[in-house]
Amino acid sequence: MTSEARAKPVAAPPSLANDDIGEQTRLHIFRTQVTIREAEQRAYDLFLQNLVKGTSHLSLGQEAVAAGVAAAMQPKDLSFCTYRGHAHTLARGVSVEKVLGELMQRDNGLMRGKGGSMHLTSVEHGVMGSYAIIGAHLPIACGAAWRAQYKGHDDVSVCFFGDGTTNIGAFHEALNFAATWKLPVIFVCENNLYMEYTAIADVIPASIKHPAADRASAYGLERIVIDGNDADEVYRTAQIAFAKARKGDGPSMIECMTYRYSGHSRADPGKYRPPGELESWQKRDPIKMYRKRLLDFGIAEAAIADIEAEVRHIVDTATEACKAAPTPDVSLITSDVYADGGWAWRN
Amino acid sequence: MAELTYRDAVARGIAQEMARDEDVVFLGEDIAKAGGVFKTTVGLLEQFGPLRVRDTPISEQAIMGAAMGAAMTGLKPIAEIMFSDFFAVCFDYIANEFPKSRYMTNGQVRCPLVVRTANGAGVHFGAQHSQSVENWAMMIPGLKVVAPSNPRDVIGLLAAAVRDPDPVIFFEHKGLYPTKGEVPDGEIVDTLGTAKIVRPGKDATILALAMMVPRAIAAAERLKAEAGIDCEVIDVRSLVPLDTQTILGSVAKTSRVFTVEENPRLCGWGAEIVSIVADEAFYDLDGPPVRITTPHIPLPAADKLEDMVLPNEARIFDTVRRSLEG
Repeated sequence: MTSEARAKPVAAPPSLANDDIGEQTRLHIFRTQVTIREAEQRAYDLFLQNLVKGTSHLSLGQEAVAAGVAAAMQPKDLSFCTYRGHAHTLARGVSVEKVLGELMQRDNGLMRGKGGSMHLTSVEHGVMGSYAIIGAHLPIACGAAWRAQYKGHDDVSVCFFGDGTTNIGAFHEALNFAATWKLPVIFVCENNLYMEYTAIADVIPASIKHPAADRASAYGLERIVIDGNDADEVYRTAQIAFAKARKGDGPSMIECMTYRYSGHSRADPGKYRPPGELESWQKRDPIKMYRKRLLDFGIAEAAIADIEAEVRHIVDTATEACKAAPTPDVSLITSDVYADGGWAWRN
Repeated sequence: MAELTYRDAVARGIAQEMARDEDVVFLGEDIAKAGGVFKTTVGLLEQFGPLRVRDTPISEQAIMGAAMGAAMTGLKPIAEIMFSDFFAVCFDYIANEFPKSRYMTNGQVRCPLVVRTANGAGVHFGAQHSQSVENWAMMIPGLKVVAPSNPRDVIGLLAAAVRDPDPVIFFEHKGLYPTKGEVPDGEIVDTLGTAKIVRPGKDATILALAMMVPRAIAAAERLKAEAGIDCEVIDVRSLVPLDTQTILGSVAKTSRVFTVEENPRLCGWGAEIVSIVADEAFYDLDGPPVRITTPHIPLPAADKLEDMVLPNEARIFDTVRRSLEG
């Protein structure tokens, strides 16, 4: 679990009266987490039915990070995600059907099957891409933030990545760059303890406990480590970072401790994990914890159950729509290589 | 009309576009206060200020990533990579990221950016600072690739690159920086995807790029004077899009084709053109296409050795004469 929590849980007894987040936002955060959970679980089931093609990287167990950060974002803010980006894409409001359609490589997919699971992008939702080369998108997010700084826009770019990213060069180039230019960018590390198949702890010096936050300190950024399974803590921490970025006070790095329930990708059963580790994290399941908190705050069981049922219905409907959707048109093979819409490289 | 160096043409081209459009920004190593390690960007910081002309750390991935992120969200960045050899440390962006983003997102993302870089040999910097790497860029779907051979084309093609909605790799030739040429006054805007016949002729077509263009012209003059062979020299200028109409039209007229390539032999741009000629103009040919290239070696640093391995006037002259008189 987290070794240190920055924003402490609300002091007992919880109640809507002293709630700094508010019922509406809490229900939104809950709905986002449930949507991610149900959609990811469905993606896994569809994979077992051979209906999800190619690869896919699920965020089961990590829902609170995407949901908490997204709740703190304004529509104009931009997300830069990784190949494990279904969660962050859904959290910005992209429809389940568009995401599942892309995973199933159908014509109704977000990019009509041209990108696949690892490259979910929805510019109209501020999802500026999912990047499948580790670390590539940290400098890209810096560039978007540079544009905001230069143009005097007050949007913020958010860049999600995993613990494994902290050892690649682009991570360090981006941190130095963002800190030096005081760019309005927020780096969100989802530390789920494993890069792909290897524990992050096996590949960093023993003196480094938190590979993103500890290194961020070297670039003059505050060392922030939070419980990534607590969506409220993520939300509160992100709010502080957004306010700082919008004020022109530069970047933040937030390291969120969390855990993925599935393997790295669909090819990985996750056998490298010690016995009991998964179960211990499942006891702190982000959605179960959040559901209980909603009840503690006096929100009615029926209201919660309604959201769950509604999300399941959306996912079921999306699944059927995707199954019925045609495969992408062959004309897409050569479309949009260049800005003229085509692929001509010669006259 | 004024005489300008290739080096000064770079700054003039950038200034022309920055003055025209405030969304054009410029970043790179040593480009602002120092005016560029090759002095190609002198005066831009003073003219456009530190928000638009920005020195970066030695972080080629950050430079390329930042240019991409800025381009995706509305700016038109010009990024300098000091030596084209350094593409190897930021190749993810050149190969995987900005050329493919439009395609992968089904047209949602655009990346109108220009990467300027000093390419090529002639200055005896050795194997990691002298390469001709235009084929590294040419092989990637989604990129456009140009390489000017003279000051006027530097300005015109740079302007076209900045105004183009696709990512463009702009290869300056470091061996050409001190060379001079006539440049008209006022705005110059050229067209990507166009080759130029720089010396008309009827007996053979010589295709050349960047620093090989003046060498090919010099060889053609000697071939005419000493052997009565009248060569047409084409400055290819744009590798992507490739002006095959001009090239095939010339081959139809001359029936012989020679490429003069500074790159090491394997997979050079000339091989692609020769294959197109073989496919589409085979029956126009009176003899085999001939490639004149640097051997397939890393470049030696020593001036005498480097000078020996690059295609030069004498080698072009001898090769064409032997082929036509053989």
